[in-house]
Amino acid sequence: MDDLDQLYQDLILDHYKQPRHRQALADKDVSAEAENPLCGDQLRLAVEVDGNCVRSIRHDGKGCAISQASASMMSETLTGKPVAEVRALLGDFIAAMRDEREFDSAWPDEWLALQGVKKFPLRVKCATLAWHALNRALDKQGSS
Amino acid sequence: MAPTPKPQTSGQPLDVQRIRADFPILRQRVHGDRPLVYLDNAATSQKPQAVIDALTTYYTEYNANVHRALHYLGERATAGYEAVRGIIARFIGAPEDGVVIFTRGTTESINLVARTWGPDQVQAGDTIIATGMEHHSNLVPWQMLCQERGAKLKLVPVNDDGTLDLTAYTEYLTDRTRLVAVTHVSNVLGTVNPVREMAQRAHAVGARVLVDAAQSVPYMPVNVADLEADFFVFSGHKCGGPTGAGVCWARRELAEAMPPFMGGGEMIERVHDDHATWAEVPYKFEAGTPSIADVIALGAALEYLEGIGMEAIHAYEQKLTAYAIGALARLPGVRVFGKAPERGGAVSFDVAGLHPHDLSQYVDQQGIAIRAGHLCAQPLMRRLGVPAVSRASLAYYNTTGEIDALVAAIGKAQHFFGHG
Ligand SMILES: Cc1ncc(COP(=O)(O)O)c(C=O)c1O
Repeated sequence: MDDLDQLYQDLILDHYKQPRHRQALADKDVSAEAENPLCGDQLRLAVEVDGNCVRSIRHDGKGCAISQASASMMSETLTGKPVAEVRALLGDFIAAMRDEREFDSAWPDEWLALQGVKKFPLRVKCATLAWHALNRALDKQGSS
Repeated sequence: MAPTPKPQTSGQPLDVQRIRADFPILRQRVHGDRPLVYLDNAATSQKPQAVIDALTTYYTEYNANVHRALHYLGERATAGYEAVRGIIARFIGAPEDGVVIFTRGTTESINLVARTWGPDQVQAGDTIIATGMEHHSNLVPWQMLCQERGAKLKLVPVNDDGTLDLTAYTEYLTDRTRLVAVTHVSNVLGTVNPVREMAQRAHAVGARVLVDAAQSVPYMPVNVADLEADFFVFSGHKCGGPTGAGVCWARRELAEAMPPFMGGGEMIERVHDDHATWAEVPYKFEAGTPSIADVIALGAALEYLEGIGMEAIHAYEQKLTAYAIGALARLPGVRVFGKAPERGGAVSFDVAGLHPHDLSQYVDQQGIAIRAGHLCAQPLMRRLGVPAVSRASLAYYNTTGEIDALVAAIGKAQHFFGHG
């Protein structure tokens, strides 16, 4: 596989072309927004927490294939998990994208597919945009 | 300071293959033996061998600090550095009553004016006029100044074709207008703005005019006297020079009335224990050791451009730009921004369903460097209704073959991302 195919793996393109959990959000439902000034990615998340569980994650916005696919993949793989676990996983994934730890081969395929982005340091921000936003959304939920 | 005489140019149309041979970087192959196609010239230009040699010669033969060293090297460095003021004045057709101030680039030049000229001249209730197509560097410093002074900032709207709404501009001008800050050539839309006409109208109400010439100096013959600018600023690195050297040309009477920009060495006349007096212009604005090598090499860059001839460069780039716009506009799903009758070589476009970042990454892997993003012009992006654009920006060393390569790569990208 050349670098470009690694960056845009089939699974990523699939999520880009058919994003999961994507839906036009009403302003009042938005729990976090994120912007990547480098490429003009804009992302909004609506997160619902039910007791200790992340019940749903929905997203909308405009952006590059990596940021959009990553939001879709994140929503798909983290929905339904306990808040504490989601928090830990967010930290792990972001650290792995920053090369601060290894990717865990037990992680979902979607996450592993995003590994190729590491070769393109400028795009790491695109890949982690949604993940940072989810962290902030959970911060807010925790404090309210 | 008397401008140095201009070298003879051939007056011939330019021979692009011969010119390309002057740019070692263009011989490079990237990403698995693909020829490098550099179409990001509005961000920074490539450097001809003459400029690289000027840097090397300076560091190997006469590196020394300027203005203070009374020795052979210091005198040579000072002479080389100071001579560039004359080269610049000649290159930009500066009237006699002005000064060339060295800065790091356009951004620093604009900040210099905003911070030295601004606070004295702009009072609460005054207005500054900029335009809806300014680079952030010709917008944010004015926002900061207006906020500090309680003044108002008005942006001249951009018409659908990429020209400025001059009717609105004229309406905005009042006797409270202190400054008009306008880009000569847009880095996004390519639009060449009618700076002379705008300056005349501004002067009629007593306002000063700052021209951001970052994109015009590398592209077309410019003449500050004709444009009637009060401040004329540009970056050397976009004209074939090194990074770290730029220009703020200012009318002498304005520069003399302005306080210093930074305090330190070089900018003083006499330093007492508790206060100091300032050196004369332009030294008052050049505190500290400047980018000596970069300034000297900027002189070499401008002489290189003069050797080709800015008329020839302009004519060639106009043809190349028309070719690029035509070729891009023929691609299905591609929308080219900026249809001003007079425009420069920045060609921004949008490909339906394809984010600029993905596109630029894709074409990069084919060896083609274009730019993607808001291009430091977020207000203009909002006006265009897009979060970001892709931009191919051309220089006199680009070829139609390179544009064909870009067009082919865009077609492939459309297919790859499933919109072809
Ligand atoms: C029109 C315009 N103004 C200002 C700038 C800023 O130039 P610099 O970054 O060299 O200060 C640029 C370049 O990016 C530009 O295109």
